[in-house]
Amino acid sequence: MKLLEYEAKEVFRGFGIPVPRGKVAESVEEAIRVAEMIGGQVVIKAQVPVGGRGKAGGILLAETPEKAGEAAARLLASGVRGIKVRRVLVEERLKIEKELYLGFTVDRRYRTYVILASCEGGVDIEEVASRTPEKIIKQYVDPIEGFRPYHARWVARRLGFSGGLMMKLSEIAMRLYNLGVEADAEILEINPLALVGEDFVAADARLNIDDNALFRHGNLLQSYGGGELEGLSEVEREARRLGLTYVELDGDIGIIGNGAGLTMATLDTVTLYGGRPRNFLDLGGGAPPERVEQAVTFLLNDKRIKVLLVNILGGITRCDEIAKGIVNARLKAGVTKPIVVRLSGTNEEEGIRILREGGMEVMGTMEEAAERSVLLAGGR
Amino acid sequence: MVRFVDKGTRVLVQGITGTQGRFHTRLMLEYGTKIVAGVTPGRGRGEVEGVPVFDTVFEALEEADPEASIMFVPAPQAKEAALEAIEAGLNPIVIITEGVPIKDSIEIIARARRRGITIIGPNTPGIIRVGECKLGIMPSGVFRKGRVGIVSRSGTLTYEVAAQITRAGLGESTCIGIGGDPVVGLDFVDVLRCFQEDGETEAVVLIGEIGGDAEERAAAFISEGGFTKPTVAYIAGRTAIPGRRMGHAGAIVEGNMGTAEGKMEALRSAGVHVGSLPGEVAKALKRMMG
Repeated sequence: MKLLEYEAKEVFRGFGIPVPRGKVAESVEEAIRVAEMIGGQVVIKAQVPVGGRGKAGGILLAETPEKAGEAAARLLASGVRGIKVRRVLVEERLKIEKELYLGFTVDRRYRTYVILASCEGGVDIEEVASRTPEKIIKQYVDPIEGFRPYHARWVARRLGFSGGLMMKLSEIAMRLYNLGVEADAEILEINPLALVGEDFVAADARLNIDDNALFRHGNLLQSYGGGELEGLSEVEREARRLGLTYVELDGDIGIIGNGAGLTMATLDTVTLYGGRPRNFLDLGGGAPPERVEQAVTFLLNDKRIKVLLVNILGGITRCDEIAKGIVNARLKAGVTKPIVVRLSGTNEEEGIRILREGGMEVMGTMEEAAERSVLLAGGR
Repeated sequence: MVRFVDKGTRVLVQGITGTQGRFHTRLMLEYGTKIVAGVTPGRGRGEVEGVPVFDTVFEALEEADPEASIMFVPAPQAKEAALEAIEAGLNPIVIITEGVPIKDSIEIIARARRRGITIIGPNTPGIIRVGECKLGIMPSGVFRKGRVGIVSRSGTLTYEVAAQITRAGLGESTCIGIGGDPVVGLDFVDVLRCFQEDGETEAVVLIGEIGGDAEERAAAFISEGGFTKPTVAYIAGRTAIPGRRMGHAGAIVEGNMGTAEGKMEALRSAGVHVGSLPGEVAKALKRMMG
């Protein structure tokens, strides 16, 4: 789950990480009120679940509350990278002396958390990491011992700070780690972490929570997560509602597979034969027939799909039941677009018979099924 | 070679009374796996497929002396179950469970390592020593005893490739799913090291997917001469959109790191034959192995 900036900043406050004074606004009037409350220059930031907002014109400055209202009106009437802006964050404008980067993420290779820090914050940190890797400090965390205050002080020292500033920075690093672990963060970033006078302030905030851990974060789930949905297309939102693992693409061949690897391989094979997949839809391993029926129905109703390719490697799932699910879905949807099926596993022969009687094309291998789908969709 | 398991390995099934646990216990027994006990807290003194069920791993340890564990425990309870198995010294521990939080996997793996215990998974189809035993959920029908080792991050895609290898008349020695999550106990390099020492494995198939750098590290290991047997690879996810999630948390492409093209290129430079279709894997193997 991806939190929006203002949501992440609310979580930051709860963990004692300093953030600029400000408030989210959903209307021009509200934005003016917040700007009046803050007083002086303000920043108005579009709250959308995409990166690179600044470059896309999603961040504006204003000298007065009236100007803040105008800026908010402009943002609320527009979109950032194709996503409609429903709310803006109005914040005090910071007098930034230095921009740092502070991050927390998972390192797959060392199978642990890593704290990342750099003096070159504010800009594209990936650019810094690839061009000048020596400017990124990495502090790996022993998963059993944890990240301790003295580790946080090492980080602050290696960024070149001493005395009071070093202590303040290390406290923020420590809180960042605590937040990351307690909230089951996958990615947690402060970029930039601004040095303002004698204090550090999180000028921006990014927080992605491990979806697999949401079962133990009922409070976060209740308060947040709506913003992420706004970044999805209508079809993707519907898929989400149905609980399908779906990604929209822009082709015309609908694809269903079971297992992420097999489904990706199906997309790749279709592409290799010159076709254009409309989507990725993974049923997961061992999908029951009702699930197959639901997924087939969902794609049959997508008007952009010309041909549907279903690639199920049943393994232990019963193919006859899956075949019935596919036939039922087609009958109920009342749509006659071609369906090409590749089905393998227990009771395969019976499944294939049911499919053929239902007017579907059944292929022996994934390659044949992909080739046939591409042909039916109109070829290369 | 570190074989992880063989036909003599005494196995404990954690979460044996659930639908998946029961079902796969039966299939594993049919395959020849020596399952000596099951555990489900609160369901002790029962029986599944003739296997005694205990409330705790320690009772199972005393009564039935298992050496390894396979887990079908639901994700929210997976960490506690794994820590109990680690404390009991079971090795390896195969975690079939999908959806384990990354934080829990990190702790499980760290604690296992301190005890020298191997974790396979989470989110893995498991391990099969063809013709001997399986600690996993893979359909055994697609395998036939042979000399090809398979190591994979995927589930169903592995069955697809294995079926084709079998159909080509080659057959498999051992097939290990390392798991599709971002953090897993074994990586490709660990498994390649074992296959290098394994006299029963003549060639290896590596099945990867987008995200992370496990395939790139495998390529580096092969380039440095750590693994010298003929290798064929297949990488899924060339059609992925950067930054988009394709099912697994593991399959995120960030920037240029972890793209399918990058992985294929790294493996090719290491002298690995990389198939662009799953069907090419068996053909390439056939050429290599005569």
